[in-house]
Amino acid sequence: MSTVTTNTIPRRARRAQARQAASGYLFVAPFLVVFLAMLVLPLLYAAYLSLFKEQLIGGTTFAGLDNYRRALTDDQLVEGVVRVGKFFLLQVPLMLGLALFFALALDSGVLRLARVFRLGIFVPYAVPSVVATLMWGYLYGPDFGPIAQLADKLGVTAPKFLSDDLMLGSLANVVTWEYTGYNMIILYAALRAIPSELYEAAAVDGAGAWRTAWSVKIPAIRPALMLALIFSVIGSFQLFNEPNLLQRLAPNVIANSYTPNLYAYSLAFTSQEVNYAAAVSFLLGLVIVVVSYAFLLIGNRRRAS
Amino acid sequence: MTLRRSAMRWLAFGVATTLTLAACGGGDDGGSGQTTASVSQADIDKAMQTPTELTFWTWVPQIEKEVALFEKKYPAIKVNVVNAGQGEPQYTKLRTALKAGSGAPDVVQIEFQYIPTFTITDSLLDLRPYGAEALKSQFVDWTWQQVTGRNGEVWAIPQDTGPMGMLYRQDIFDKYGIQPPKTWDEFAAAARKLHAADPDVYITNLASNQNGVWMGLLWQAGAKPFTSSAPDQISVNVNDATSKKLADYWSGLAKEGVVSTDPDFTDQWYQALNRGKYATWLTAAWGPVFLSTSAKDTSGKWRAAPLPQWTAGDNKSGNWGGSTSAVIKSTKNPIAAAKFAEFLNTDAESTRLFATEQFLFPPTRALLADPSFTGQKPAFYGGQTVNELFAGISDTVSTGFTWPPFLDQTVSDWDETVGKSLADKADTSAALDQWQSRITTYAKNQGFTVG
Repeated sequence: MSTVTTNTIPRRARRAQARQAASGYLFVAPFLVVFLAMLVLPLLYAAYLSLFKEQLIGGTTFAGLDNYRRALTDDQLVEGVVRVGKFFLLQVPLMLGLALFFALALDSGVLRLARVFRLGIFVPYAVPSVVATLMWGYLYGPDFGPIAQLADKLGVTAPKFLSDDLMLGSLANVVTWEYTGYNMIILYAALRAIPSELYEAAAVDGAGAWRTAWSVKIPAIRPALMLALIFSVIGSFQLFNEPNLLQRLAPNVIANSYTPNLYAYSLAFTSQEVNYAAAVSFLLGLVIVVVSYAFLLIGNRRRAS
Repeated sequence: MTLRRSAMRWLAFGVATTLTLAACGGGDDGGSGQTTASVSQADIDKAMQTPTELTFWTWVPQIEKEVALFEKKYPAIKVNVVNAGQGEPQYTKLRTALKAGSGAPDVVQIEFQYIPTFTITDSLLDLRPYGAEALKSQFVDWTWQQVTGRNGEVWAIPQDTGPMGMLYRQDIFDKYGIQPPKTWDEFAAAARKLHAADPDVYITNLASNQNGVWMGLLWQAGAKPFTSSAPDQISVNVNDATSKKLADYWSGLAKEGVVSTDPDFTDQWYQALNRGKYATWLTAAWGPVFLSTSAKDTSGKWRAAPLPQWTAGDNKSGNWGGSTSAVIKSTKNPIAAAKFAEFLNTDAESTRLFATEQFLFPPTRALLADPSFTGQKPAFYGGQTVNELFAGISDTVSTGFTWPPFLDQTVSDWDETVGKSLADKADTSAALDQWQSRITTYAKNQGFTVG
C-alpha cells in the first residue's frame, strides 16, 4: 500500500477486508457447524464418557482413568492393534507400490488408451467398500464361491481364503483392490505438477526414462506419497467394514475383537460397555496419531539428510 | 483408504455416544409407576375406547393381518407396525431408544432368551395388573415359565416357540441302511457309518456359530447353566459335568470328521442343505417350514423325528428360538399395550393366523391340540404329520431352564470359545472353561455377585 494514501482509504479497505472475512466465515460456516456438532462435541463427550463406568448392577460411577488402565492390559485389544499393525505392514507397501507403478506408467506417456487405464484402475474406488466386501466374500466362498467351484472342476483344492491363516491376506486384497486407484490418482496428480524444466535438466544430463522416474519423479512427489501413506495408516488402524462383513461368512475366524475398531463397536453394542468402548476408541486414536507422526518424522528426516 | 471413511467412523461413533449421553441425562423410565395392584375392568374398558396410538416393533412378516383383527375389535386404537430388524439389530435399536429416553415402542417382539437381558435394565412392564396371570393355563408350561419373573412377574406373552427335534433325509438313510437314531449313541454310530460309506455326506452339521442349538441341547441334557436367586446374583455353570459330556460328545465327532461344523444360515450352509451334505438337521419346530422354503429341491425326501436321547427310552427335548410380545415400561398407554399383547397371542383367530399364515409354531395348548393344525400333511415331508410330532415334543421340554441377564455377551463369547473350538476341531472341553471364565469376568465387571 502506498504511503501517500489519505485516512479514508485504509478505513474503506479495512471495511472491505472485514466484509470479505465475513463472507469467508459464511462459506465455512456450514462445515464448521457440522464439524462441531458431529465431530468435536461427540469427541468431547466420548472423552467425558470414558472417565465413567456404567454397570448393569450399581449404575454409573466415576472411574477416573480405570478404563484406560484396563485397556492397556486388555489382551483382546492389544492383539487387535498388533493385527492391524501387521495388516498395515503387509498391505500398504503393496498398495502404494502398485499405485506408484500405475501412476508412473500413466505419466510416462507411452501407454496407449491411458484414459481407459486410468479410469479402469480408479473405478473400484467408486464401489462402496460394503459392496466390494460382499462381492469378494462371494468370490472367496468355500463350496459356493466361483473360485472354489472352478478349482473343484479342475480337481484341485482351492485355498481356504476365509481361514485363520489366510484371512488377513484376503482382507488386504479387498482393501488393495478398493484403494489402489484412489492413491494412484493422488500420485498421478502430483506427477503432472512437476515442472518440465526438471525433465529437461534430466534429459540434458542424459537420464533415461527409468532414471528420470527414480531420481526426479519419485523425489518430487514425496509429499504426495507421504499424504497417501498417512491416509493409509489411518485407514488400516480403523479397519472395520471389511472384517465386519466377512465375519458373517467366517464367524469363527473373525472375532469381535479382530480389529480395535470392531472391538470398540462390539463393546458398545454387544457388551453394553459404552464407557470402556469410548476409552478404547481414544486409545486407538492415540495409536494412530503416534504412528502417523512417526512416519512423518521419518519421512522428513530422510528428506533432510 | 481415505480420510472420508475415518470421518464417517467417528461420526457414527459420535452419534452413538451422543445418544448414550441423552440416556444418562434423563433415563428415568418411570420405574416409580409400577404397581402390582390390578387395574379395574372399568379402567380397562375406558382405555380400550379412548383413541390411542400404539407402536409395535416386530419382524413377523405380514403381521398386519393379526393387527387388523385387534383394530377391528377395538376401533379406537391404532397400532403402527414397525419392522426394526430381526433379533440382534432390533435389540440394539431398542436399547438405544430406551437409553435415549424416547423413541421406544409400546409393544415389542422379544425372543424368550432375551427377556432377562431386558428385565435387568428394568425395561419391561409387569403384565400382572392387566390380568396376564389368568392366561397361564392357555400356554404350555415351559413357555409360561420362560416369560415369568423371579417374583411371579409376567414379562411378556408367548407368541411362538421352538421345541427341538430332528429333521432327516429319508432317502440318504435308506440308501445306506440307517435307521433314524433314537439315542445319541446310535446317532454317533450312524454318523461313522454314513461318513465311511460316503465321505461327502455328514450325519449333521453342528453349526460353530449357533449358540442357540448348543443351549437347546444343554436344555435337553438337563443342564442349568445360569441360575439366579436375586437380581444382582448369578451362578454360571457352563462347564459342569453335563456341559462337558456334551462337549466331549460333539467335539469327538467333529475331530473324527464325521460331523461338519459349518456356520449356519450362510450361503455355504444353504447350498449344503440343498445338495445333501447333511443327512439331518437338528432344529426347532419352526425348522420344517423354514427348510421347505430354503431347500425346495429336496422336497419329499425329508422326515421328522424327536431328538436322539441320552438314555434309551427317555423323552426329553430343549427349545431353540421362539418369541414373545412384551410391553415396554415407558409406554404411555400401558392398558392398551398390555391388552394388545394379550389379544395378539391368545385370540383364537389371531393365533390361528400365526400358525397358518406365518407358520409360527404355537405355544397355546388350544392350537397344539387342534386337528386342523396337527393334521397338516406337508408334501415336503412325504405327508408326515410334522406338526403333530412337534406338538408332542413341546410337552417334553422341561421347565426350569433360565437365561443370563446379559445374553449378547454370553453368545458372543460362546462363538469365540466353544464355537471356535468346534470349527477348529480343538479341545472343546477347555473352551468351555474359557467360556465360563469369560462370562464370570464379565458378570463381575457388571457388578453381579457370581457364584
